[in-house]
Amino acid sequence: MTRALINIPQKAKRGEVIEIKTMLSHPMETGFRPSSDGRLVPRDIIEKFVCTYNGEVVFSADLYPAVSANPFLSFNMVAEQSGTIVFAWTDNHGKTQVQTAAIQVE
Amino acid sequence: MKTSQSAILTRRAALAAGAGLGAFALMPTARATPETMAAAVKTFTGGKPIADGRVKLEISLLVENGNSVPLSVTVDSPMTRQDHVKRIGIFNEKNPLPEVLTFHLTPRSGRAQVASRMRLNDTQFITAIAEMSDGSFWSGKAEVIVTMPACVEE
Repeated sequence: MTRALINIPQKAKRGEVIEIKTMLSHPMETGFRPSSDGRLVPRDIIEKFVCTYNGEVVFSADLYPAVSANPFLSFNMVAEQSGTIVFAWTDNHGKTQVQTAAIQVE
Repeated sequence: MKTSQSAILTRRAALAAGAGLGAFALMPTARATPETMAAAVKTFTGGKPIADGRVKLEISLLVENGNSVPLSVTVDSPMTRQDHVKRIGIFNEKNPLPEVLTFHLTPRSGRAQVASRMRLNDTQFITAIAEMSDGSFWSGKAEVIVTMPACVEE
C-alpha cells in the first residue's frame, strides 16, 4: 500500500457540485527510461483510476506513461446523498489500491 | 484538416503563395503533426470529424521542468443527462507515446472540468479532444515551451 491523498469536502448541500482532488504516491515508471546498466527500467504505471459514489461510477480515467509521477487527478461530482466515495487505482500488473471517503449531504 | 494541406505544400509553393497565405502558414495548426498522434486521435474519435472550440486547455506556456506540468481542461457543456461530456482525451506530439490521459465523465460529474499533471519531452502542442453525448467531437490546443525536458534524468 502506498500513500494516497484525497481532498474532498466533508459536507455538501444536495445538488452541489463538489471538486475532488486525488494524488497517489507512485513512480509512474514509463518503461522508456534506461537505468545505469543501459537496460530499460520495466514499466510500472497506474493505468486506470475509478471513482465510485454509492456504487455508481461517476468518474474514471485511463493513464499513460506521460502522466507525472505521483499521479494527480482533479474532477467534479454532484453531491446527491450521504454515503461513501471509493477511489481505486489499478497498475499495469493488475494490482488495485482502494481508498474510501465519506461525505455528508444535507 | 489544415495539417494535411500544409504537408503537401512544398517550400517553393509556400513561398510563392506567401503574400496571400502568409497568415495561414504561420498559424500553429500549419505545423506538421506527427503521424502517431494523428493515429491516436483517430482511434479516439473513430475517424469522426473534430470541430474547434468548446474545449479550453490550460497549461503553462513556458515550462522549466518537463517532469510535472499542471494542465486543466474545461469543456463548455451543461452536463445534463441529455447533453454532457463523455470523454476528454489529452494528446501530445513529441513524447514517446501520443496518448497522455483519457478522462471519462458522466452527468454525475456536474461540471466538465478536470486537471492533472503530465510529463513533456519537448516543446510541443498539446491537444485536448472532448466527446459529447450527442457524438460530436470538439478540440482545443495549447503550445508549451519546455526548457528542461522530462526523460533526461536517471
